[in-house]
Amino acid sequence: MRETLGEKIFRAVVLVGLSLFVLLPLYVMVTTSLKPLGDVQAGFSWLPSRLTFAPFIEMWSTVPLARYFLNSLVVTSVATLFSVAVAIFAAYAVSRWRFRGRGPFMTAVLSTQMFPGVLFLLPLYLIFVNIDAAFGVPLVGTRIGLIITYLTFSLPFSIWMLAGYFDGIPKELDQAGKVDGAGNLTILLRIILPAARPGIVAVAIYAFMTAWGEVLFASVLTTEETRTLAVGLRQYATQTNVYWNQILAASIAVSIPVVVGFLMMQKNFVAGLTAGAVK
Amino acid sequence: MRRRTLLTAAPLAAAGAAGLAACGSSSGGGSNDSPDSLTYWASNQGTSVENDKEVLTPVLERFTEETGIDVSLEVIGWADLQTRIQTAITSGQGPDVLNIGNTWGVSLQATGGLLELGDEEFEALGGREQYVEAALATGGEEGTDPASIPLYGLAYGMYYNVKMFEEAGIEPPTTWEEMVEAAKALTDPDEGVYGMSLAAGSYTENNHFAFINATQNGAALNDAEGKPTFTEDGVVDGILRYLDLMQEHEVVNPSNAQFDNGTKSVTSFANGEAAMIINQNNANATIESQGMAPEDFRAIPFPAPADAVDDCASHLAGINIAAMADTDNRDGALAFMKFMTSPETQAELGKPFASLPVLVDGEPTFTEDSEQADMFMEVYAERSAPLPLVAWEDQFETTVGQAMNAMFATIATGGKVTREDVVTAMQTAQDSIRA
Amino acid sequence: MTTTAPRGTTTPPTSAEPTAPRRRVGRTWFPYLILLPAVILELLIHIVPMVTGFWMSFVELTKFFIRRWTEAPFAGLDNYRIAVDIDTPIGQELLSSFLVTVAFTALVVGLSWGLGMAAAVALQRPFRGRGVFRTLFLVPYALPLYAAVITWNFMLQRDTGVINHLLVDQLGLLETAPFWLIGENAFVSVVVVAIWRMWPFAFLMFMAGLQSIPDELYEASAMDGASPLRQWRAVTLPMLAPVNQTMMLVMFLWVFNDFNTPYILFGTAQPPAGDLISFHIYNASFLSWDFGVGSAMSVLLLLFLLAVSLLYLYVTQWRKGSSDA
Repeated sequence: MRETLGEKIFRAVVLVGLSLFVLLPLYVMVTTSLKPLGDVQAGFSWLPSRLTFAPFIEMWSTVPLARYFLNSLVVTSVATLFSVAVAIFAAYAVSRWRFRGRGPFMTAVLSTQMFPGVLFLLPLYLIFVNIDAAFGVPLVGTRIGLIITYLTFSLPFSIWMLAGYFDGIPKELDQAGKVDGAGNLTILLRIILPAARPGIVAVAIYAFMTAWGEVLFASVLTTEETRTLAVGLRQYATQTNVYWNQILAASIAVSIPVVVGFLMMQKNFVAGLTAGAVK
Repeated sequence: MRRRTLLTAAPLAAAGAAGLAACGSSSGGGSNDSPDSLTYWASNQGTSVENDKEVLTPVLERFTEETGIDVSLEVIGWADLQTRIQTAITSGQGPDVLNIGNTWGVSLQATGGLLELGDEEFEALGGREQYVEAALATGGEEGTDPASIPLYGLAYGMYYNVKMFEEAGIEPPTTWEEMVEAAKALTDPDEGVYGMSLAAGSYTENNHFAFINATQNGAALNDAEGKPTFTEDGVVDGILRYLDLMQEHEVVNPSNAQFDNGTKSVTSFANGEAAMIINQNNANATIESQGMAPEDFRAIPFPAPADAVDDCASHLAGINIAAMADTDNRDGALAFMKFMTSPETQAELGKPFASLPVLVDGEPTFTEDSEQADMFMEVYAERSAPLPLVAWEDQFETTVGQAMNAMFATIATGGKVTREDVVTAMQTAQDSIRA
Repeated sequence: MTTTAPRGTTTPPTSAEPTAPRRRVGRTWFPYLILLPAVILELLIHIVPMVTGFWMSFVELTKFFIRRWTEAPFAGLDNYRIAVDIDTPIGQELLSSFLVTVAFTALVVGLSWGLGMAAAVALQRPFRGRGVFRTLFLVPYALPLYAAVITWNFMLQRDTGVINHLLVDQLGLLETAPFWLIGENAFVSVVVVAIWRMWPFAFLMFMAGLQSIPDELYEASAMDGASPLRQWRAVTLPMLAPVNQTMMLVMFLWVFNDFNTPYILFGTAQPPAGDLISFHIYNASFLSWDFGVGSAMSVLLLLFLLAVSLLYLYVTQWRKGSSDA
């Protein structure tokens, strides 16, 4: 069980190399966000000529960052919540019943992963417009429309993963519940969900991250009022200037909550993903 | 088992798709169902989307006072504008009035999504004659009713660094050859200074110069039937001449091949890394915001070769304003368009947006320097021509522009581009046009 | 994550087995009910648009018809013919974009796999500070895509970027500063950026998978005199096989379809060397209003990915089936 020299060297090389690879862009991000605009347009320097927090202040006014942040938060959180809920129910059905159409359902759902997103865009937009015309429910340019879209985007992978995870939860537990007189819903809520917590967390994180960074659909389905961060960040490259320092400052600001949240949850994320995958 | 589900799924999907057919746009005349409000999509013309909103809001309030119509404004960045317009046209749901790049004028007219402006509409607008003729021509194919009218005029000028020229004792150039000579004299790669800076990686800028140079050579990019003619000698020579600035004469920093928009070459100029740039007249704001004093730079017309057939100095650049064919406030939309192109509004917006007036007797307010104002006005009125007024104009921009991007990239990375290469590239671009 | 089922219970571990009735008859509407939200959403957002997309590929949908798209003329297989005709620029460019994407995917998936594996193995044994490395290595994946890619764009600028500053000015490895965002090097750039974002995902999956490998296996193998490399091949790899399989497929699909990375990295100056297929199709459809041809290209892409996925699943299931005791 003792480590060989070879192993030690291997570990050192790998860790140092990868650390540098990972750290370089992060360092550039942080230092550039603290540089004055002049620094950014001249040749690269490792340290700012003078440290300034101006980009972090100006970035709120060049672009209505606060509004975009709020929009992103609302859209992403709600989409994640409902996506996980819908996925749980669907995965429960797929895992516990061999009903007719189970195969085609899973195949159809998985095949959606292969279709390039670009082509959904126009037809989806048309569907939303139709619904608005027919039922008076505004979907284009509203947060609701975006929420529905995002929650569906993460469904296939979530259902797949959760179903696999649920499959790993022994059905004896279900039986035991039934013997005690529990209905299907109770079994789901009382027995399966607690046991599936890592999987659920994994799926929630995946859904959140998918929605948080999505650009293409957001650029079409939002208006000025409802615009999200992902699209909003692009507006730092304006008609007259490319405000690199502000772009990176804003990038850092929007990344911190996601990164921190992810790192806190990552153990659960991993456990959830691999269990589902192993299945 | 399996089959049954598929069978039930198919009609559902088909029904869904058929339901979509219920949509699709209605007639093209617009209606007056909601006369009290308008939705307006403006493009980003100033320093930022936010700033544009601040500039436009008081103007719109004045309109509301005069007419009682509420205007709901959205300023859309260039990255998203085209996609938004496409989806609006496809679905019939969108703004009432919108800005468009004037080079999109004919393409958008072809979709039928913009309100056609016939005699009746022009009466409401105040007549055709008030607009600069060439600018008005960008609104539609020749011989047809335009679908948009000019709103902001823009023209290219060649900005040069006054100090650098004085120190070197060079006169501002009046011909292409003089420009090249001046550039060579001012190029010093070791100091990191080049004679010129070009947005060589921007397909939008590149295609403009393909056009301008071709026009200077007396060649056109399309024939009388509206078919593309990219391989004509005049066109090829014009492009080669432009490429040679980097290739043959080496007065352009190869790094410029990375500049994917005009702002980057302007920044380079403002930092003293280039002595000349060719930019639209709204470059002043950018140059000054980078710290260059107004007296340190001047603009002159972009020169043509001494033996040029045409002294074209710019393409007719600018922004048009149009009403959507499906608008539900047709009269209001026309009134708004008239308001935006009225002398007062034009004068008011000319300064923050650095635009040239599109009215024949318009007053230029984009600069206080009357000499510069006269210079740009002359270029706009006399020495500029519109890009091909054909429905495939947008394809021309992408194919030719991107071909030039690739050729600049080849040169920058050490390769060579011969005249034959240009011909081949243009032939490929031409073949890609699905007219 | 296998449970040893006591003899006598019917708990089949796989999903592909004969449908023996296992629930009492009566409550059979329940699964359909709870499946309904997912079905409705999928139809609305995925299936109907997909079908529409299919339809669009058989129709001449250009700027002239986009307003009355229900009246767009039927084009049969014309759009497909245009897309695959390699004698025309459109077909040629599609093919070259396809090849670039294949090379891109192979490199990115392969190298991400390699780096992820190396990192997971290096961090397999506990040591002080292991948590720090784990956290650090996950940051690229956690970082929102836009922030990550735009930073790389900034770093790869020829004159003001840190990469050239390092290579040319400080380390003196190269004479003249090369271009990274245009020309041939653009391919290298997009591959590196994609790997930077992707490898933590592989690392994450492997790390979790490794945790479930019992130490006894390694001990036994060490006692047999196996070198670390041999242990890795004989113990680690086979135990990671299930994780590997799913992950590879998922990574392949994600990487092949990657739209955002080239879109943000290259902006509007897309170099042919970095022309990935998702963006290429966007270019061919949205930017030129030629939705018919764009849809045809998408359908072709879909068919290709479907074929590869099915082949992959077939091979892995067959392998699994033949190696299961």
